[in-house]
Amino acid sequence: MKHGKYRFIAGFLVLPLAIYAIFVISPFVQAIYYSLTDWTGLSPDMKMVGFDNYARLFQDEVFWSAVGNSVTLLLLLPVVTLSLGLFFAFMLNVGGRRRKKAVIGGVRGSGAYKILYFFPQVLSVPIVALLFQFAYNPESGALNAFFDAIGLDGVQPDWLGDPQIALWCVMAAMVWANVGFYVVLFSAGMSSIPKDFYEAALLDGANRFNTFFRITLPLLWDTVQTGWIYMGILALDVSAFAFVQIMSVGPGGPDYSTEVLPLYVYQKTFRDGQAGYATAIGVSLLIVTLVFSAVVMRLGRRERLEF
Amino acid sequence: MGSTSAFNRRDLVKRAAALGIVAVPAMGVLSACAGGGSDSDNKVEKGKKSAKNPLAVNETAGLDVVIFDGGFGDKYAKDAQSEYLKAFPKADGKVKLSSTQKIQSTLQPRFNGGNPPDLVDNSGAEQMDFGTLVAKDQLTDLSTLLDAPSVDDPNKKVRDTLRPGVVEMGQFGGKETWILYYAYTVYGVWYSKGNLKKLDAEYPETWDEMLALCAKAKKKGVAGWTYPGKYPYYLPFSLYPFIAKIGGAEVLRKIDNLEPNAWKDPAVKAAFDAYYELYKKGYVLKGSPGLDHLQSQKAWAEGKALFIPNGSWVENESAKQIAQNPQFDLAVGAPSSLSDSDKMPYGTIWASGGEPYIVPRKARNAEGGMELLRIMLSKKSAQNFIRQVSSLTSLNGGTEGLKLPPGLASAQVALEKAGQNIVNPRLQDWYVALQKERIGVGALGEMMAGRLTPDEAIKKIQKYADDTRDDSSVKKYKR
Repeated sequence: MKHGKYRFIAGFLVLPLAIYAIFVISPFVQAIYYSLTDWTGLSPDMKMVGFDNYARLFQDEVFWSAVGNSVTLLLLLPVVTLSLGLFFAFMLNVGGRRRKKAVIGGVRGSGAYKILYFFPQVLSVPIVALLFQFAYNPESGALNAFFDAIGLDGVQPDWLGDPQIALWCVMAAMVWANVGFYVVLFSAGMSSIPKDFYEAALLDGANRFNTFFRITLPLLWDTVQTGWIYMGILALDVSAFAFVQIMSVGPGGPDYSTEVLPLYVYQKTFRDGQAGYATAIGVSLLIVTLVFSAVVMRLGRRERLEF
Repeated sequence: MGSTSAFNRRDLVKRAAALGIVAVPAMGVLSACAGGGSDSDNKVEKGKKSAKNPLAVNETAGLDVVIFDGGFGDKYAKDAQSEYLKAFPKADGKVKLSSTQKIQSTLQPRFNGGNPPDLVDNSGAEQMDFGTLVAKDQLTDLSTLLDAPSVDDPNKKVRDTLRPGVVEMGQFGGKETWILYYAYTVYGVWYSKGNLKKLDAEYPETWDEMLALCAKAKKKGVAGWTYPGKYPYYLPFSLYPFIAKIGGAEVLRKIDNLEPNAWKDPAVKAAFDAYYELYKKGYVLKGSPGLDHLQSQKAWAEGKALFIPNGSWVENESAKQIAQNPQFDLAVGAPSSLSDSDKMPYGTIWASGGEPYIVPRKARNAEGGMELLRIMLSKKSAQNFIRQVSSLTSLNGGTEGLKLPPGLASAQVALEKAGQNIVNPRLQDWYVALQKERIGVGALGEMMAGRLTPDEAIKKIQKYADDTRDDSSVKKYKR
């Protein structure tokens, strides 16, 4: 039986591996290759420059503020989004007042809340970004109007125009846009946890806090971990790019306070005609992503609970 | 989850991954060809040169044009295209004109692949970097077109029908002209005569009058100035000519040439101080640092602020809001005089070409591309452009017999008043990143938001300029 096993398997894998190699691996290799050239992106004419582009990265202040902002997003965005997602999902499914018959249940009107939370998910990223941009408009936006209305007309921040808070403003929009998805994801996970667990815990006198940390979270750990990686990658790639590009001053400003790596790649390629340097930034983004996934996988490793 | 079969799933995955790694070097070979395009010469044959066809266009050849579909739209180009077809009826059906807002993402692959269009309006947010295009020899020298007779007067070269400075703007230190700017933009302080009248005021010709007027407006709850804080590189539209007015055009030339300490010139400091005072005295519309260009123009058009630094496209872009106030009467003002010792007279203004057109080096039908440009520079097409989008063209004159909208008429008057005192800072087309992002967002925006003093802003800008000068990856220019 063992004889010829590999040939047999390889026979099945040739096609998928070839597709994988062409569409996934080869772009990576190409990117590394281009990052060693002085390619402009505007003509096929280029020459190898070795590690010049990488040496330049170390001197580039904008690159480092982009790394700093990207890492901030990477660390905070998943924590905030997933915590909120977990909290809302718990309240919708488990956290409600005990009612007749049902052992556990969500807060009153949880069905409506679910729809409400999921709503941003059906809007496209640019629309969400624009909506928030209007709300942040210091001249006629909803936020400053709100402050006005409650008598705080002395407090009129410039929101996206203020380097101290601009990144937070962008982050808030990203959380808002993504939290609904996790509410749904975690709700699905929670509904597959057997009710008897909760019943037993409640009989033992556990409160909501305990049921969450002793039952819900451990049994949901796999889902949380997946969500964590997914959210982290979102914080590093296109989503961050789109929000920053649309919302921020400059974009990437004011004073580079919202510059993120994918946006910098874009600016270097499409504005400055330095595609070679941009791919070097892209490769460093790849490294950050890989380190992040490795760390999360390692930290998140736990004994799998079966039920 | 464990598997008990002889095929251990983990092993299988591992080996598949190993196979993938083996496959990687093989793909390296493939990637080598991704950036390379064919260099084969696929140009169409030239046609017969004649009085009606001075550029020797092949009458049957196709023509491929890509237009930036921005503030000016693409109708004016389509109209010119039908003129082209009238001249070369045999090309009917083979002339393609497409318009896009995404110039670079549309055209980059075509430049890389060696099959670019025959004529490109390289404009907008996704403008391809001219320095790189020139340095990489991707453009056709337009001197042939400039030396050809003009459409309206066969005894006059196209070169001699253009506004002063337009040809020079398309050059990059050599004799060749790579770019032809089709529109002609007047930059400055844009305002509403009607709104000033409400305050019993005229446009302030001195800075003291400016401050007095702002103070008066403030009492009525109107801000003096607003600007798009999200894109603070609008500020230079009135700030740079102001610097030139105070210290002479020489200061701007030094700045363009990235000379050491160019920004430390006292004229720069004086101009920055004056603008900073606007902020300090509360004459700038609150929240301006967070507004984009449309939001700030809207606030200005609604009369919440009197002045806005902008270019002549504002008339078209804000047309709807301006129309709501029949007494608006749009006008452009030159920078006010700071003191009697200003080096240049009142009226000094920034005007220069806009909508840059290029003919790629590898265009199949370069003659056709240039011919279309020649047609666009005829009086008929130019007037058509002026009527449609209320902007001037590079064609000198062409406005006779046209009823100009108020903003354009005032720009025309401003140009006449300026005479020889037209300045044209090149920072914004030579060093885009330096001008827009570093100086604009990094320093000017910060200063006008009150987070940098003029001295700090100058120090920061000087460092940015020095960095650009020392950056070997940026091509440098001199004027």
